[in-house]
Formats: sequence, structure tokens, C-alpha cells
Amino acid sequence: MARSVVSEIKRDHIHKLIADGHRVDGRAWDEFRNISIQTNVVETAEGSSRVKIGNTEVIVGVKMTVGEPFSDTPNRGVLTTNAELIPMASPNFESGPPDENSIELARVVDRGIRESQMIDLEKLCVEPGKKVWINFVDIYVLDFDGNLFDACSLGAVAAIKSAIVPASAHGLGEDYPMPITCTPISVTAVQIENSILVDPSLDEEMVAAARLTVTTDDNGDLRAMQKGLRGALTVEQIKTIIDTSRRLGSEIRKLVG
Amino acid sequence: MNNESFTRELVLPGDVLDAGTMKPGEGTYVDDGKIFAAMLGIKSVKSNFVNVIPLGGRYIPAPGDMIIGKVMDIGPSNWLIDIFSPYPAPLHVNEVPWRVEFGDTARYLGVGDTLLAKVLMVDETKRVQVTMKEQGLRKLQGGQIVEIAHSKVPRVIGKNGSMIQMIKTYTNCRIFIGQNGRIWMDGNMEDMAHAVQAIKMIDEGAQTLKLTERVKEFLESVYRKEE
Amino acid sequence: MGGNSDMKLIDENGIRTDGRKVDELRPIKIEAGVLKNADGSAYVEVGKNKVLAAVYGPRECHPRHMQNPAKAIIQCRYNMISFSVSDRKRPGPDRRSVEISKLISEALDYVVFTENYPRTSIDVYIEVLQANAGTRCAGLTAAAVALADAGIPMRDIVPSVAVGKVNDTVVLDLNKEEDNYGQADLPIAMIPRTGEVLLMQMDGHLTKAEFDLAMEMGVKACKEIYEVQKDALRRRYAIVNGESEEEPMEEPKDEPMEEPMEEPKDEPEMTEED
Repeated sequence: MARSVVSEIKRDHIHKLIADGHRVDGRAWDEFRNISIQTNVVETAEGSSRVKIGNTEVIVGVKMTVGEPFSDTPNRGVLTTNAELIPMASPNFESGPPDENSIELARVVDRGIRESQMIDLEKLCVEPGKKVWINFVDIYVLDFDGNLFDACSLGAVAAIKSAIVPASAHGLGEDYPMPITCTPISVTAVQIENSILVDPSLDEEMVAAARLTVTTDDNGDLRAMQKGLRGALTVEQIKTIIDTSRRLGSEIRKLVG
Repeated sequence: MNNESFTRELVLPGDVLDAGTMKPGEGTYVDDGKIFAAMLGIKSVKSNFVNVIPLGGRYIPAPGDMIIGKVMDIGPSNWLIDIFSPYPAPLHVNEVPWRVEFGDTARYLGVGDTLLAKVLMVDETKRVQVTMKEQGLRKLQGGQIVEIAHSKVPRVIGKNGSMIQMIKTYTNCRIFIGQNGRIWMDGNMEDMAHAVQAIKMIDEGAQTLKLTERVKEFLESVYRKEE
Repeated sequence: MGGNSDMKLIDENGIRTDGRKVDELRPIKIEAGVLKNADGSAYVEVGKNKVLAAVYGPRECHPRHMQNPAKAIIQCRYNMISFSVSDRKRPGPDRRSVEISKLISEALDYVVFTENYPRTSIDVYIEVLQANAGTRCAGLTAAAVALADAGIPMRDIVPSVAVGKVNDTVVLDLNKEEDNYGQADLPIAMIPRTGEVLLMQMDGHLTKAEFDLAMEMGVKACKEIYEVQKDALRRRYAIVNGESEEEPMEEPKDEPMEEPMEEPKDEPEMTEED
């Protein structure tokens, strides 16, 4: 695929800019691209969102149904997160079952939601051991220009927050809003030539050495992290990214409402 | 002005362009004695030919075209070049300005390298060969690459090269334009950023009128500020 | 087709459950050029249907054995996203979507000048975001706009619509309820100017006279949709009107471009580096 080979000129150009303290699109190192969040975009879902970070765009839907709980958590609802890197989104995505990239992506998004206990799963128990609400959070990437982790996380969080539990359709009383305890926000940064850049664009991701995603809760506490790519980060760099994630996380949290 | 039309009329596939007197040119087809647009673009009439000038679409190589390519893969006696087209182009060791021993190709051009080349030949099934064996053709280093729709290249160049000359004069950048829509430039970082912005303006606004003036206004405003 | 004609879907005044007349389309909205990466794209809403289409290509054909030395191949993927329907659909292709993908790629193949691009592939991706009957028609309508947006050489733009039968009456553009409880469904796609039909399926039960009436309605509706498609493309490429004093666009082929490439040899500074 033509675009998967990065031209040396492009790599050198990005490195040179970074050495001078600049980014390709003129942003500051800790600056996100424009974020737009729309919710309730699909009526057939219990909750849905369409999120754009720059030119990266995702659509997320939450579907709920009643089913059996896992035997080790008989009084808790079930959460399943899935991400699809559909070929519409990028010349380098191919049709087919989820590959390692989309599985990692879905698991990192899932971890932020699960570990922060964003959804109060105990309130999604209908009959302990027998009937609980099963939540499917399905993420589709529509346009890919870098930083899928944050776009998908934000999309999932916004969709979940907008969800209405369809109780009446299942003969379980009146519909009610999804029980939410907090709003986990993920912030991703990459290391390129020992500089840290938040919200990497695709060009930046393609030359990045290492990546770190940090998900924080409303108190600024850490709820999930994932280091990726084949390069390394120093402890100092990790601390910088964590501090930045806490700071930017609280700003982004306001956008979700 | 030798029968040229000056209106910039947008046409869509299936639009009737002419029902009698004119001859079908590029981007058109004939059905039932009438000429129709075969693609989205700008209608243009020249010496009794009606053409559709595309606004987008992929670059299709033609012999003699100067292009900017990127090395995708290396074989023992050739390189595979991405020429920003549906058709990748092999570059054979006989078509480079160096004497390359069998299997020694990677020493001269590596994956990700950018080069200035010329389309040598294209066969009926669009198999392409490119060459670097001509004066000035070479590996490009440093600077920056911008990619635009190949159909906008003539507008970036402008009448008699007026547009590109203007950009070069203001920004003081060296600029090479490949007919495949890749543009290479070198200069200081800030100047390059301005040149890129000017080129993007042309790429995005190529169907709009008064483009030269708008680009000029833009360049004037940036460089006036800096002085 | 549920075939349950007892369900009353048209009232005594000939008005349907969503307030439409029998020969009335649902509100239709089309936007061209909505995605950044794709070469061409379109977003279509037909009533409660929401569909996104993207086109990539012509590009190198993978897998290679699919290459045709004489022409481009059109590869279409029609897909419903998991939450586009009331019961979650498992992600990935099923038999229905494979069949629809095939029909749409065949319909589009007829209008595209595939012979211009031997050995390549033109990839058409249709994602149904919200489904409410008629998604294959909305998908094809969107795909045709996306192809034109991608600058693909093509004969014409293709509109598509379904006609059907409910309560023994032929009706245009079935909604979900009518599709579930109706007696026949007849999706079509055609080139309005020539009357060439490029897609047609039917299920249910139609008399010959009903079919004739259905086609008449379908043809008329296709013309309407065609205008909405063209309007979307015109808005996307709106020409800023002003004085037309500027130089005309350079011709791509007839006349060699004045300066096709800035020749390095003309640039004295180029030699310094070497």
C-alpha cells in the first residue's frame, strides 16, 4: 500500500520541525486538534455519538439487550467493546475480521470505561444470576487521521452517557438513563526524537517511536494506561504525559457535558 | 482569443455539452449524436473541441511526464516506484545515472527515498517504466513534499509559469512540480510553510475565479507583516 | 414481505402512516465530499435511513489475481453497522450484504468507463448508519455521488429507489413498517436520461398491471432523486461567481504546459549541492 511507506523527506521534515519546537500543523506540543462531539446520531441505538478530533472521525453506538450474567459476577451487567477499522476510513485499512490493531484499540477503550466503573453495572442487574443488561459498545472508524485511541474513547464515553436503558421494550418498567458514575477521558501522546506530542496526527504517528495513552477519572486519578509502539519512554516523559493527561482530561471532560 | 470559452461552468457526468456543431474532446463521450460530460469538471471549449477538465481523479502516467516518485520496494536489478498513481512504476538499473552491480540496488536508492524521474513508456495495459537517465533527474533530499490533485498542476504553474514564479519570488523557495501532483520544495521552514499554504489554496480553490489575485493577496499579507 | 395485508397502512384518503401520498418520496438529503481520506464520498438521508458511501481509486488491485488487463474492476462492500437496526447485528458480512454488494457493483460497473484504467480496482464502500427500509437504494444513490465526487469517468449518475405494494396499493419508497407488512418490494436503479435499468429485484406479489404502475412511479422518482444528487455535487464544487476576467484553465493535454516541471538545470543553485 502506497502510503504505508513514509518518505524520508517527510520524516526528516517532521523531525526538523520538532527540533525547532514546531509541529506540522502549527499546534503546541500539548494542544489537541478541534474536537467535536454529537450525540444521539442514530435512533436505532440506545445511545450513540459521532466524534471528530481534527480529521479523525468515529461513530459509536450502544446497543442493550437482556441476557445472562457471567457466573463470577452474577449481579452485574455485562460490557462488551468492539472496534471496527473499516476500509472506508483509510486506504490502508482492509475488510475482514478485527486485526491486532483494532483489538488493542477496543481493549484500551474498554479498560478506561471498565476500570473507572463509569457504568454502574450493579444497577444493570435485573435478576441476580439470571438476567442482566448486556451492553454492546460498537465503534466504527469513519475517517482516520491519527489518534484513534482518544477519538474512540471519547466517542464511547459520549455514546454511553447518552444511552437510555430500553426497559419498557423488555417489559421491565420504564426506560431510564444509563447509570453513570464518572467520565473517564483518555489522552494520548507520542514520543518523537525525545519530544512529547499530544494528540498525534497520522503523519506524526507514522514517525513516532513510542506512544502512551493515559485515562483519568473526574478526580484526575489514573484508571488505565497503555504504552504502544516499538520505542521507549523515560520515566520523566511518562510523568509529563500523565500530568498533561490529567490537565487536558479535565478540559475535555467539560466538552462531554 | 482563439475561440476559448471564459466561463467556468461546472459539469457533471451525463450533462449534455453540445448537441451539434462541436467535436468531442477530453473527458467527454458521444451518445445519440450528442456530446456528454464523462466526468465531473469544468467545461472548456477550444478550437471547436469541447472538453471537461477534471477537478480531481488519479494521475495516469504518459510518456515524457516529469514526476516525483517514492521508492516502495527494492529488487536486485530494479526499484519499485510509487508515482502517486494507480500504477506503480519499476525503475530498472539501466535507467539510473549510476553503474549499479546486480544486487547492489539498495546502496543507491532506499525504501522511502524520493526522486525526480521521467515516464519512459506506458504500454496498453498501463505498465509503466520510469527513467532517471536525463540531465537534472536525481534523488531529492531535504525540503518538503506536498501532494495535490494532479489535475490542479496546471493551475499551480499558471499561465506561462506565472503562478509558481510568484510563489517562488515571495517565498524564496526552490520548487519542483511533478506532473503527478507531487511538489517538492526547499527553503527556510517559515517560507516553506507559506508556500505550502499558497499551494493548498490553489488545490482547494482551483475551480474558483480570481485565484491568482487571491494567492497574491495572501502572499503579500504574510510578507508585508514580516518586513 | 410479511404479506399481512390486514394491517392498515393507507387511510381512506390515500395517506400513509408517515403522512405521505402513495407516490411521494420520503424527504431526501445528500451531501457530497464528507470524508477526508476517501477520494470521493457522500452522505445520504432518505427518511430515517442514514448512509455513508466512500470511493477509493482507481488504485492498484489487490489481490492481484483479480486484476483485469483490459479494465478496472469495481469492488463494492455494502455493510450495515451493528447498531443501525433494532436488534444488534453482528459486525461483518452476512449473505444478504454479500448479495447486495454484488448487485451494486454490477450496477455501477455499467456507468463507469472502466476501460480507462486497466488492472486497477475502484473500491466502493457503503456503510448503513441507520436503517429504515430501502438501504440498498440509498446506498447506491450515495455511491454514485461518491464516484462522481472522486472524479471517476462515468456515463451518468445513478439514482435508486424502491416501489412496493401495501394494502393492495402500489406505493413509492417503502418505509420500515410498509416493508415489514407490505405485499411486494421492487428496488430499482436506472439512468433517467436513457431509461436503462441497472438494478432490479422483486419479492412479494405483483400483477402485471401493478408492475407497470410501479415502474412508472419508480422512473418518475428516480428523476427526482437524480436532481438531488446533482444538486449535492454542484454545492460541493460551487464556483465562486465573480468577474470572469481571469485566464482560462490550462488544457491538460491538447497543448503542452508552459512549464510542466521546474527543470533543475535552470536553477543554478541546484548544482551547488551535488
